[in-house]
Parts: sequence; C-alpha cells; structure tokens
Amino acid sequence: MKKGVSFYLQLAFTLLVCAFLIVPVFMSITAGVTNNYFIGIKSGFTLRWLEQVWELYSDTIWLTLQIALVTTAFNLFIGVPCAYYLARTKSRFSAFLDECLTLPIAIPGMAIALGLITVYGGFSNLRMSWLFILIGHVIFTLPFMVKSVLAVLQSINFRLLEEGAASLGASFWQRFFHIIVPNCKTGIISGMLMTLTLSAGEFNLTWMLHTPLTKTLPVGLADSYASMRLEVSSAYTLIFLGMIMPLLIAAQWLNSKPKRMT
Amino acid sequence: MHKSSQYYLLMIPALIISLTFFLLPMMKLLWLSLADQYGISYWYILTKPIYLKSVLSTLILSLTVTITSVIIATIVGLFLTRYEFKGKSLLVAMLSFPLVFPGVVIGFFVIMLAGRQGVFAELGLLLVGERWTLAYSIIGLFIGYLYFSIPRVVLTVMGVAEKLDNNLVEAGRSLGANRWQLLRDVTLPALKPGLISSGSICFATSMGAFGTAFTLATNLNVLPMTIYTEFTLNANFAMAAALSLMLGFITWFCLSIARRQGGSNLGMGG
Repeated sequence: MKKGVSFYLQLAFTLLVCAFLIVPVFMSITAGVTNNYFIGIKSGFTLRWLEQVWELYSDTIWLTLQIALVTTAFNLFIGVPCAYYLARTKSRFSAFLDECLTLPIAIPGMAIALGLITVYGGFSNLRMSWLFILIGHVIFTLPFMVKSVLAVLQSINFRLLEEGAASLGASFWQRFFHIIVPNCKTGIISGMLMTLTLSAGEFNLTWMLHTPLTKTLPVGLADSYASMRLEVSSAYTLIFLGMIMPLLIAAQWLNSKPKRMT
Repeated sequence: MHKSSQYYLLMIPALIISLTFFLLPMMKLLWLSLADQYGISYWYILTKPIYLKSVLSTLILSLTVTITSVIIATIVGLFLTRYEFKGKSLLVAMLSFPLVFPGVVIGFFVIMLAGRQGVFAELGLLLVGERWTLAYSIIGLFIGYLYFSIPRVVLTVMGVAEKLDNNLVEAGRSLGANRWQLLRDVTLPALKPGLISSGSICFATSMGAFGTAFTLATNLNVLPMTIYTEFTLNANFAMAAALSLMLGFITWFCLSIARRQGGSNLGMGG
C-alpha cells in the first residue's frame, strides 16, 4: 500500500498519543535518579533518593508483596474451583453466584471499602491488621481470576476429557487435579498475574482500609506525593514500576502466544 | 446425588467469601442510607447544591473524557490495525501498559506533565513566557482520566477492527465510495458495539476514579472525593452510603451495557 500524507498524519497523531502515555513514565524514572530535578539531568545521577525511599517506606513494599501473594493464593484456592463449578453448572443459583462475584468489578472500591468498614470496622483486632486489607483485595481481584479461568474452560471441551478420564476410573478429585487444572493452566497463570498486578497497585479500597501501621505501597505513594520532594516521589514511583513491569511483560507475553485468550 | 454435591463443594468457599465480605457490607450500606429518616439522604443528593453539583460535574467530566478518548482511540486504533510498519508492536505495548497503573500514579504523571515543573510549564515558559500549570484544575483531572481511558478503547478498537471483514471495505470502494463514506458507512458501524462497550467502561471508571482526584487534590469535588469527605471529615455515614450506592448503581449500569455489547471486563483502575 502506498503511504500518502494521510498515513503520516495518522502516524504523527498516534506517536503523539503514545508520547502522552509514555513521557511521564520516563520523566518520573529520570527524576527518581537525578540529583536535583529543578536543575535537570546535568546535576548528575544519584541513588540517594532510592535509598531514602527504602529507609522511609521499605515496610510498605514488604507488606504489598505479602498481601499480593496471599491474595493470589486465596484466589487460586477459591477461584479456580468456583470457575469450574460455574462452567459445569447452568442453574439459577449459578447465575446468581456469577453475578455476585462479578459485581465487585462494577462497584467502585470506595463503596466496597465503606461497606466493609461499616460492618467489620468495629472488630478492632481485624480493623488494625493487614488481614482487613487482604479481605478487600480478595473481593476485588477474585472476579478476575474466576473470569480468566472460566474463559479457558468455555473454550475447551472439558466434559469430553473428563468423561474419558471417568471411564478409565478416575475419581472426582483425580479428574479435577489431573484433567481440569492442567488444561486451564494459561487461564490460571494469567489470572494469577492479574491478581498480583491489581493487588500491588490497588489504592481506592486500600486507602480506606489501611491504618498507620498497615500501609501498602500505593498508600505510601499517595503519602509521598503529598509530602515529599519530587525526587523522592519519583524514586518511589520508580520502585513501584520496577515491581509491576515484570508482571505486565509476562502477561503480555502470555497473551501474545498463539492461543489468544481474552 | 453424591456426584452433584461434590460440585457444590467447589463453590462454597467463594460463596461464603462473597456473602460475608461483599453482599453483607452492601446490604449494610443500603440499610444505613435508608435508616436515617427514611432515606432522606437521597433527597438531599437531588436538592442540596453541594451534592448535586458534585454529581453533575462528575457526570459531565466523565462524559467529556469518554467522548474524547473514543475519538482519539478510534483514530489510533484504526491506524494501528490498518498499517504495518517497523516498531508497531512497541507502540502497541506502550499503549497497553498504562491499563494497570493505579490512579495515584496517574495523578503523579499528570503532575509530571502539567504541574509547576512539568512539560507544559516549560513549554509555556518557552512560548509565552509564563508557566502553564494545569494539573490542579479540572483540566488536570481531564488529562488524568484520558490517560487511563485511551489505552482501554484503543485495545478494544484494535480487537474489533482486526476482525473487520475487508471485503466490505473493498465492495464499498468498488462502488465508488470515498474515504469518508467508507469510514462513516462501513467501518464505524462495524466498530459501534466495541465503541459503546469500551466507552461505557471508560465512563464507569471515570465516575469511580478516586486515586487520581486524591493525588491532584483539586478544588473540584468529584463524587468519590465527596464520598470520602462525607465519610472521614463529616462522619455523615448515611450520606456517604447513599452517594456510594448511587455511584455503584451508575457504574454497574454502564458495565452491564458494556457486557450486553459483548465487551470484556477490563477492570477499573483510576
């Protein structure tokens, strides 16, 4: 196809949009390792902002990792069997369950958090612990895990595989662990990656649920944006990006493999 | 009978979690919002200027963001599916990364772009000799919301456009349609379900975006900020509950439109 003026106009527009999305990312990466951002890069590179962030906020990083991993584990144990149940059963009850599980995607985190606080905020042991945030994260990410596994189950003929195994004498649990789980592997992995990424970056719920002693990384970020100098905020953002980028790249790689799943 | 009970076992953990930590809290919110003088809070939303203004400005802002990002994303998405060129996959990757950035980080990016030391400030200094600081106004919010909306629509447009039947375009062309006629009569109608679905997701996400508004701390009271203030500063739980249920209803409604159009749930950031 001949590339005319219209091609270059559209290319320029597309590049402009990409620049809009990517320039701030690069700016905050460079600002995080620049001695003095107001002078610019010529003031030299430094790691001291990163060190300062580590001193001030390393506990938020560990807590975020801990919550993200435990949330993922919960989603695995709760979400995968549930997705199988939903794929297997067509009843009014399963439609209701599906709706209940999907709703937290549609309802802003703020509302879910308010509900959790009004019901369970009075139990101060729970309110003060990181488990309170964990509950919010599980509610918020579980639908993504379930949908991701369900999409794979609906695209393969798992009943046929299962009948084959059953006719050879495989029990219910044998079929579940040796037929269903291995066949949903891509869905499970992409659900896990999504859970990790969403949990690590969750702010709307977490801001309402956190206490001064249970701060996660995004909560710390909001804190640093409000009170720290730009270089420290940038260095902190840099650490956050460093944490989620590998997950994003892994997810993209998984999605670009021949068998596409949406 | 034994067989089906095993299937039920599989979903019991999910059911318990969903009932205790989602449905029960939502019921409690509903009760809170209605218990105070038979739900007078809902009446206040419609009659008291602070709440009404917050609701209306959030609706208008979200609508503007949605329309703008649908237009921008359609141009970009169609371009990226139509042409092959070097570095295209890199551009597509760049367009999809921002999907999962949390709202707070996007707020910070807006500060980087349009804050006191941002790109726009430098540009303004260069062009007219004064720093353009837009980040802390409604324009800052607009920029931030665009940031998380554009990727979502671009990816949807690309997904639909890839499946577009090229024969239709060829048929149109052979019948003498020009570029605009083709776009208006062939391409856009084919994209319509995708645009409606991703547009509604954008709208819902913008309505509920708390992190971006929180970081920018603008004087504009968008709905999630109003809820936050009502709950934490004014301790007006009935009002906070009523507002968040209303917000939840609007976003749920938008996402069910998206679902009916066959859109996948891309989740909500902001």
